[in-house]
Amino acid sequence: MADQVLDAKGLNCPLPIIKTKKMLKELPVGNTLEVIATDPGSVADFAAFCRTTGNEMVEQSNDGGVFRFVIRRAA
Amino acid sequence: MSEQDDNRPKSMTIIVTKGSLDWAYPPFILATTAAAMGVDVTLFFTFYGLPLLKKKLDLQITTLGNPAMAMPMMGTHMVMPNLIGMLPGVDAMASKMMKDMIAKKGVASIEELRDMAIECDVKMIACQMTMDLFEFDKKDMIDGITLGGAATYMENALKSDINLYI
Repeated sequence: MADQVLDAKGLNCPLPIIKTKKMLKELPVGNTLEVIATDPGSVADFAAFCRTTGNEMVEQSNDGGVFRFVIRRAA
Repeated sequence: MSEQDDNRPKSMTIIVTKGSLDWAYPPFILATTAAAMGVDVTLFFTFYGLPLLKKKLDLQITTLGNPAMAMPMMGTHMVMPNLIGMLPGVDAMASKMMKDMIAKKGVASIEELRDMAIECDVKMIACQMTMDLFEFDKKDMIDGITLGGAATYMENALKSDINLYI
């Protein structure tokens, strides 16, 4: 179970990333955030976001167009 | 470059020159996303981009002279002939359609993106010369912007990793 959940279903670029960053900022370092999105572009974008910011992609899945990303906040 | 320079946050500037509904998206999308990725962002609003800093926005598009603007309509895509696009009310109708589509598809409004940009400390500079030229009043502009000219922009651009002109 992630420490927090962000429901970003129905939101389009760049909202899922912006809202994710906003919530990650509030999380203690090491805690995880689960993001649920329906934007197909989010798969590439969340990978790029994690590579660039150093936050860790712990888990990701695609359940019929509903994408789940679990991200651990880095320092 | 010294090690300290390598450790400083990346930075980006964008010169924002266009203020129609469609052209307002790229600078605000890139600014908010870059800020979310830890980039220091400076936007420099000049000429027709300057009205994007007004407190009250009512952005419009025009179909005129834009053969690539194919709007989804009745199961296909339609491009407005210029002869029709020039008629009174057509731009207003097209703008309304675009705003409806934006809301329906979960795309942020420019107002939302601008609020987010402010929230994540995107620096916004209004071109002083454009303010004078088009007789804009600072009190009609949103709070938190600074006024400056080309030298102010250049100082930022010279130390930035990415400089864009939109």
